[in-house]
Amino acid sequence: MQEWANQLCENRQFGSKMTDSKYFTTTKKGEIFELKAELNSDKKEKKKEAVKKVIASMTVGKDVSALFPDVVNCMQTDNLELKKLVYLYLMNYAKSQPDMAIMAVNTFVKDCEDLNPLIRALAVRTMGCIRVDKITEYLCEPLRKCLKDEDPYVRKTAAVCVAKLHDINAQLVEDQGFLDTLKDLISDSNPMVVANAVAALSEIAESHPNSNLLDLNPQTINKLLTALNECTEWGQIFILDCLANYSPRDDRESQSICERVTPRLSHANSAVVLSAVKVLMKFMEMLPKDLDYYGTLLKKLAPPLVTLLSAEPELQYVALRNINLIVQRRPEILKHEMKVFFVKYNDPIYVKLEKLDIMIRLASQANIAQVLAELKEYATEVDVDFVRKAVRAIGRCAIKVEQSAERCVSTLLDLIQTKVNYVVQEAIVVIKDIFRKYPNKYESVIATLCEHLESLDEPEARAAMIWIVGEYAERIDNADELLESFLEGFHDESTQVQLQLLTAIVKLFLKKPTETQELVQQVLSLATQDSDNPDLRDRGYIYWRLLSTDPVAAKEVVLAEKPLISEETDLIEPTLLEELICHIGTLASVYHKPPSAFVEGSRGVQHKRLTSSAGSGESVESPDTGSAAVSEAPPAVIPSQGDLLGDLLNLDLTPPTSTGPPPAAAPGMQLGAMDLLGGGLDSLMGDESEPPPIPLRTDTPQSPQPPHQSPSPPDYSPTELGGDIGGSPAMGAGFGAPPAAMPASFNAPISGGLDDLFDLGGGGMTMGTYIPPKTVWLPAMKAKGLEISGTFVRRSGVIQMEMTLNNKAMSVMSDFAIQFNRNSFGLAPAGPLQILTPISPNQSIEAALPLSTVGPVMKMEPLNNLQVAVKNNIDVFYFSCQYPISMLFLEDGKMERQVFLATWKDIPNENESQFQIKDCHLNSDAASNKLQGSNIFTIAKRTVEGQDMLYQSMKLTNGIWVLAELRVQAGNPNYTISLKCRAPEVSQCVFQNYETVLKN
Amino acid sequence: MIHSLFLINHAGDIFLEKHWKSVISRSVCDYFFEAKEKAVEPENVPPVLQTPHHYLISIYRDKLFFLSVVQTEVPPLFVIEFLHRVADTIQDYFGECSESLINDNVVTVYELLEEMLDNGFPLATESNVLKEMIRPPTILRSVVNTLTGSSNVGDKLPSGQLSSIPWRRAGVKYTNNEAYFDVIEEIDAIVDKSGTTVFAEIQGVIEASVRLTGMPDLSMTFMNPSLLDDVSFHPCVRFKRWESERALSFIPPDGNFTLMNYHVSSQNLVTIPVYVKQNICFFETGPCGRLDITIGPKQTMGKTVEALMVTIHMPKAVLSANLTATQGNYSYDLATKVLVWDIGKLNPQKLPNLRGSLSLQSGAPKPEDNPSLNIDLKIQQVAISGLKVSRLEMNGEKYKPFKGVKYLTKAGNFQVRT
Repeated sequence: MQEWANQLCENRQFGSKMTDSKYFTTTKKGEIFELKAELNSDKKEKKKEAVKKVIASMTVGKDVSALFPDVVNCMQTDNLELKKLVYLYLMNYAKSQPDMAIMAVNTFVKDCEDLNPLIRALAVRTMGCIRVDKITEYLCEPLRKCLKDEDPYVRKTAAVCVAKLHDINAQLVEDQGFLDTLKDLISDSNPMVVANAVAALSEIAESHPNSNLLDLNPQTINKLLTALNECTEWGQIFILDCLANYSPRDDRESQSICERVTPRLSHANSAVVLSAVKVLMKFMEMLPKDLDYYGTLLKKLAPPLVTLLSAEPELQYVALRNINLIVQRRPEILKHEMKVFFVKYNDPIYVKLEKLDIMIRLASQANIAQVLAELKEYATEVDVDFVRKAVRAIGRCAIKVEQSAERCVSTLLDLIQTKVNYVVQEAIVVIKDIFRKYPNKYESVIATLCEHLESLDEPEARAAMIWIVGEYAERIDNADELLESFLEGFHDESTQVQLQLLTAIVKLFLKKPTETQELVQQVLSLATQDSDNPDLRDRGYIYWRLLSTDPVAAKEVVLAEKPLISEETDLIEPTLLEELICHIGTLASVYHKPPSAFVEGSRGVQHKRLTSSAGSGESVESPDTGSAAVSEAPPAVIPSQGDLLGDLLNLDLTPPTSTGPPPAAAPGMQLGAMDLLGGGLDSLMGDESEPPPIPLRTDTPQSPQPPHQSPSPPDYSPTELGGDIGGSPAMGAGFGAPPAAMPASFNAPISGGLDDLFDLGGGGMTMGTYIPPKTVWLPAMKAKGLEISGTFVRRSGVIQMEMTLNNKAMSVMSDFAIQFNRNSFGLAPAGPLQILTPISPNQSIEAALPLSTVGPVMKMEPLNNLQVAVKNNIDVFYFSCQYPISMLFLEDGKMERQVFLATWKDIPNENESQFQIKDCHLNSDAASNKLQGSNIFTIAKRTVEGQDMLYQSMKLTNGIWVLAELRVQAGNPNYTISLKCRAPEVSQCVFQNYETVLKN
Repeated sequence: MIHSLFLINHAGDIFLEKHWKSVISRSVCDYFFEAKEKAVEPENVPPVLQTPHHYLISIYRDKLFFLSVVQTEVPPLFVIEFLHRVADTIQDYFGECSESLINDNVVTVYELLEEMLDNGFPLATESNVLKEMIRPPTILRSVVNTLTGSSNVGDKLPSGQLSSIPWRRAGVKYTNNEAYFDVIEEIDAIVDKSGTTVFAEIQGVIEASVRLTGMPDLSMTFMNPSLLDDVSFHPCVRFKRWESERALSFIPPDGNFTLMNYHVSSQNLVTIPVYVKQNICFFETGPCGRLDITIGPKQTMGKTVEALMVTIHMPKAVLSANLTATQGNYSYDLATKVLVWDIGKLNPQKLPNLRGSLSLQSGAPKPEDNPSLNIDLKIQQVAISGLKVSRLEMNGEKYKPFKGVKYLTKAGNFQVRT
């Protein structure tokens, strides 16, 4: 900083004398000394000039803190300009000179009582910016007065000051009752005061997820709506965001709020518009669909959204991310507005990609011609990423709008003719998907595709091409030659291509057995003998065994009919979409992730849901049927579930990209596919199977249906063996949960498996919380005869510190008080220590101290360390103790399954830590019950090879979620536990807690 | 709320930082620089970035990045709007928003930022209020300041903030009372190869310059308000009156401000003033291509098209252009591959034409992408949507003000594909 400032000063040597640069020309040595002299000058003008020089130096980062006392001396002045400058200086340096800053306190207190409201406001505002503990204490009284000031401008400034103070010392704010005063200000007569109070409360509430700071009722809502019309644009944003948290009692209230919010849609500030859209989107759910007003509202939403797209590109980007959510929820709003999403060549790339996404979502039979013409135009642009996405978009249109498929295919063929390498590759990848959607329709183009075989250098495109050749081997005369040409460099190919090649050649063999025997031998030996890749090897063995045992069955399996792929590939899962709709305009809506998944640890995790109108007959899930979405979700979104499942299985899946079917590959997916075969495989391979496949997952109780019992032979995922190209969600449909076209026998095991995965292990008794025995925290020797032993307890949500105070001294002890140092989770006494009677010598007394978690936070080492000071009539004593972290696990720490899956996947692997718990002799159900007593909730259990996997979640008081996977092997006293958390620091602590809970 | 602001120049140097809460180390910007590196073009840097502990929300304006750091869940649009407001204010104060001007006025900028946010909450963002507290620099004032040692910090406090109409200060006095309005419309359009309009819309804005004594209450009515179905207003406009009577009723801020933005998108109302006949082609054999462009009037509502200009971003392989223009001048910038043809007025009797040959880098393949043409133009005294102000009335004050409305149509993002 210093260095930079000096550099800046040098650059400025030549600056114009007319401007501020004159303040930077003095770089000679005695500068500080000179300034000091000037600051202490008797002449007012000279003084002022000197302060200005000081500020200028400070602004560019020079250290002028040495002048602190001299500058503070200038503070007591009637000159407002000088006062403001000194205030600026104070805000900057008070932190580094806390003792000196006290000197300024008197002036502040005086200014807070000035006759001029503007001076009062300025003083209280500045005081709040001085982040020094000592000063904050003095701030309380003036602040209290200012909160009740007769002038609204002062009250409004004071409201923000409460938020500032809370940031510095939360406990103080609560103790002083400022939060209540702030709540009262919501009913203030002045709209600006209301807006600022809401803003301040919202900010405070964010660090206290469980506090009911913004408790909204119809009266406060009315106040807010009144204030909404009269406050500044920024105030409107705060109020609208606050309104969005309210749940109206009935549809009439909903409608009346909507009516009063709609005028905001015409505001010039786009943030106001989007916040208003959020309120309307949410409250609209309550309105009956047949209401006229509902239709009116839908119509009113379109123009403001369109207008957002003519704003600056950064605003457009955020708007587009939100529109993406809105069109998924209510496509009818923008269905006629396709054209505004057409890409302009000078749009930034991030806007282009988003527009493209929305264009596909809005594509329908009515507008498909236009859309295709546009997409074709984009495919000739310069930017590679954009062109690729445009080509994929054409493929997605073909799949989404059946009538357009033929046009899409011919467009793609045109693009292939351009011979631009990456265009050709993208086109082939999407054509493969089109083949799967419309089998036996467009195979005439295969010849054209084959011409471009050599130019394919990306694995995904190669794999797609190989799939096509294998699938249509009977129509391609030289299919064997084509596949053979790939075989030469087999070991240099990526796994994705290898797997695909293996399957394709087996298909070819089954179709043309006479000519290709040699080829299939070759590929099987390459896959089984020369490869180190277990996926490849296993698949090779399965084919080998199949072909050698029963070629007819092999044919039925490998060439079985494939399920059709679904229409839309990257829709957001409905429960998540609902939550995101409640967060329109926030960071969550930009990232399309629930706030819990990415907002930093201490933030509140409040899952918001849309509440639909009762009995309106809508298909929207009500809040409590979230889990039902698993089975009810339309087929289109199921693929993503497959991914989640895969992820839970710890498989390395390629995350789905938003560009249509994501890159295939994903050996993990193949692995997952394999284990589906689990049951069937053994019978298929006989006993001496070698090497045995790695069954990652044994099937669920109701699922094992050996193939010979099944009425239809391919009940063990024929698609996976036969036609899967792996990875792409659309394809993956066969794996996650099948579309309706699948045989029912296949359906059962999967969904059954999923259910089972989530089924809680047996309904055993829940055990109580584990309470560690009391230990001596403060030995009598160290504390003049006072001995304190204690422990921590959590009872029905209240954390208590239970202590035994033992007087081992000769005199009576009284006047007890207790205080905590700042600690990692903000533990603080919720009230004074209640020891009413003095303790006589040799008497001991039990005391229970309720604790809150809203105190000041400081990271401790170890994390659960707590430093305590106890005072009595004799002295003050200090000790430190460690609390079990389970004290901080909340009762509502049971994560929803969907969220768990998504979160587990979202947390990067670096954040995962693994521990061993040795010598624990509980079975998994008992362990689960025991842990539940400590608010560690088991969300799902599944059994693999006699090993029980428990998936557990817990939530800390500061909103941090910890996810755990506990592996318990019957007969093995050592448990393995994997913890995933966004704040990995807590893992160690949580693990220790597991150990203590399980062993006691 | 907004925690910190960093101003970063084109080259990636931080030249100003301001923190409204605790100080955040500038190393947080490294994540941004990484993204900037990746994006290659500065326009393409994503506006919202996530880092382990902060969110970086940035805008790119006038070759500068305004980068804000937030730590909590804050509506990103709120931050972006605010950043644009900062840039607007700097432009308003110093004439333009550039690194050198900000450096020359660093203390004023710092004071402005201090007044605009309090603890990350917007405080005073109205230019009127700010100007009352911190005077914009003028040459005269800087001379006086140097001599007398006074500064730009006003000794007044923002009295406007106490009133219920924070955008207007009390006690305004003028000897000449004037209220001028400019109705400016920009045509955004995409026209395809064959001359068909793929997409067209009008972005309209009413800019006002109002210098009136006291507390005037204005109302403006239109001949054809039904055109305006998608509007956004300055906070001073009373929305109820608009809803019920389709009239703009407001107490104006003092000075220049944007009264209203509107948007006309229904195709039949958007007329395209010129047509372009073009042919740009590159030959398979030989390193050359041909270019032939003619522009003619289409629907100009009887007015002259002025300041006509065509900009073409050529493919990379184009080395030079050897062209003849029947009107105006053309230039080809080899470094940026931009061809600019400055035509001037469009004469309907003698249509301007530009034709000739383009030479390509020898050995380079034939360019795949066809360049788009960007058209600039102006038409005075007409709003292309047909919007017309019918009356402007003033209540609340006794004097008679000068009133005036001007119309102007411009090309916004007007591109012709080839």
